[in-house]
Amino acid sequence: MDGIYLDNNATTRVDDAVVAAMLPYFTEQFGNPSSMHSFGNKVGLAIKKARLQVQELIGAEHDSEIIFTSCGTESDSTAILSATKANPDKKEIITTSIEHPAVLALCAHLEKEGYKVHTLKVDERGRLDLDAYAKLLSDRVAVVSVMWANNETGSFFPVLEMAEMAHAAGVLFHTDAVQAVGKVPIDLKTSKIDMLSLSGHKLHAPKGIGVLYLKRGVRFRPLLRGGHQERGRRAGTENTASIVGLGMACELAQAAMHHENTEVRRLRDKLEAGILAKVPRAFATGDVTNRLPNTSNIAFEFIEGEAILLLLNKFGIAASSGSACTSGSLEPSHVMRAMGIPYTAAHGTTRFSLSRYTTEAEIDRVIEVTPEIIAQLRKMSPYWGETGPATEPEKAFAPVYA
Amino acid sequence: MWDYTDKVKDHFFSPRNAGALDNANAVGDVGSLNCGDALRLMLKVDPDTETIQDASFQTFGCGSAIASSSALTEIIKGMTLDAALKVSNQDIADYLDGLPPEKMHCSVMGREALHAAVANYRGDVWSDDHEEGALICKCFAIDAVLIEDTVRANNLSSVEDVINYTKAGGGCSSCHEGIEEILVKVMAERGETFSPHTVAVPEEAKPGKLTNLQRIKRIEMVLDAVRPQLQRDHGDIELVDVDGKTIYVNMTGACAGCQMEALTLQGIQQKLMEDLGEFVKIVPSRAGSLSRAASHP
Repeated sequence: MDGIYLDNNATTRVDDAVVAAMLPYFTEQFGNPSSMHSFGNKVGLAIKKARLQVQELIGAEHDSEIIFTSCGTESDSTAILSATKANPDKKEIITTSIEHPAVLALCAHLEKEGYKVHTLKVDERGRLDLDAYAKLLSDRVAVVSVMWANNETGSFFPVLEMAEMAHAAGVLFHTDAVQAVGKVPIDLKTSKIDMLSLSGHKLHAPKGIGVLYLKRGVRFRPLLRGGHQERGRRAGTENTASIVGLGMACELAQAAMHHENTEVRRLRDKLEAGILAKVPRAFATGDVTNRLPNTSNIAFEFIEGEAILLLLNKFGIAASSGSACTSGSLEPSHVMRAMGIPYTAAHGTTRFSLSRYTTEAEIDRVIEVTPEIIAQLRKMSPYWGETGPATEPEKAFAPVYA
Repeated sequence: MWDYTDKVKDHFFSPRNAGALDNANAVGDVGSLNCGDALRLMLKVDPDTETIQDASFQTFGCGSAIASSSALTEIIKGMTLDAALKVSNQDIADYLDGLPPEKMHCSVMGREALHAAVANYRGDVWSDDHEEGALICKCFAIDAVLIEDTVRANNLSSVEDVINYTKAGGGCSSCHEGIEEILVKVMAERGETFSPHTVAVPEEAKPGKLTNLQRIKRIEMVLDAVRPQLQRDHGDIELVDVDGKTIYVNMTGACAGCQMEALTLQGIQQKLMEDLGEFVKIVPSRAGSLSRAASHP
């Protein structure tokens, strides 16, 4: 499909080599890896290889630390619920205000069941206060769940340091790393991270496959019980083709790691600088000096994100927004709200997320088109005058009811 | 992505009457910045005839907010203020060939801006009378605030009650967890505990032995029970005929031609079956659809 795809934090294109690796596992290699005959045996070997490929990318010490799941959300749920089930006397959880809903909604649910959830606040750049975190660590805490990189801004949390602190306090540490895996080097064997979630479709593998990394020796209670698959830690017949695909995608990601952190980063920086140079009253959100190489999240003040996306889409450009309207909810992105971005800017936040397929020509085109779109929408905005923002925009337009 | 109609896309990509209106003498500013939807409607009203000579809008809003605003200005131009005040949010949505349920509030905002602008022209104070909550029931576009208020006002205690009073949850039923959460909260306020099991299981109706008259009376009773909900949406239902298992009804008012008609009828049919204890089919009468066709030339 033609078009400029800059929404790779939402999902990615499955790499052609990944598709090719998967195809035999739908047809001639259809066997059940649990079977004793040779139909199953070969598939079992392919899964073993994929497990090694995943292990290599995230630097796990043992391949048995890799548990294949159906998605990032399942990995997150498995990790957090396992920690609570394995430690039934510990009734506190620590997380942050800008986690993915896969973690936040689960924590909100556990809160109803009697858990005390400590939600760490972030500053205007989305950074945590580690002193506040240190004070919360105690033997009452069942698990800490903190994302490696934020999906909206790309900003990193200091998970390695936070895992050390949790470990020292005897608390389990989980990280949702679905945005980080494949984009930044990860070496779990030298870390104190107990559990890590990753998702295939964020790194050019298909949707419907994920991994929970579980450090050897960490007490675990499965989410799904049944067959002996994944050593009894995740029952259910393996999604063989997707597991093989994920293995291949991990190998490709490893090979592209340098490109991701040099060329992709350069294009991202060019895009951001190019847009900010031409569009007044716009700014990059998040911890801009400490973030994923592929992500730029720009707040365009006084206009609304869905309208921006619809116009970008008209030019064949795909991005995403933190506005309320794009999700059907009534509030803008909880990430932008947590960072204290005012409503007039939060609704206009637009995320551009690149991949190793992104080209210079595409970036140039987006830099050319975006400022016109923003200007066109601002002409319709009650906050915008003839040439720039109305003087004292908050007074120029103060609608009834809030 | 939203499933916008071509009309919505047209009015979004080429909005009519966007921008400030010089010499406007009626201005309505409404909306909520939290929700990311706010609208300024500007009118030029002829003081002698109270006719809207020109209208324009500015909006801080999404695609459907822009399209709804554009549609509104087109609808009301040339109308008298009194005629314009009769324009409903459904009229705006209809003009655009419909809006997704999550986006109906954009058309509501249009209507409110119009009322605010007219109040501004006439020197009245306009105050908003609705508060919007998170959307719970996507089938019927019913939000948390409405459900909460209804549960509180009527001492409701079951999901079934909520469906009967608000329609919320009467479609695909995916939102029943959300409705239960509201019940838990509101019932706790009045010192009760929500229990999914306390709901009186609908009594097994005694089928078969009803006389024709008794049967028709029971059907009338079921229709009377749902009537208040329909009337709240400016619609109504009347029984036309009963022929064996087929019950003919006439949907009137806003119910006639409503996109939700089929779902509404399905819900009523379900209630009839539960009450009569037999299979029945509810069919909009042909007479009804004919008169409807006549009223929409």
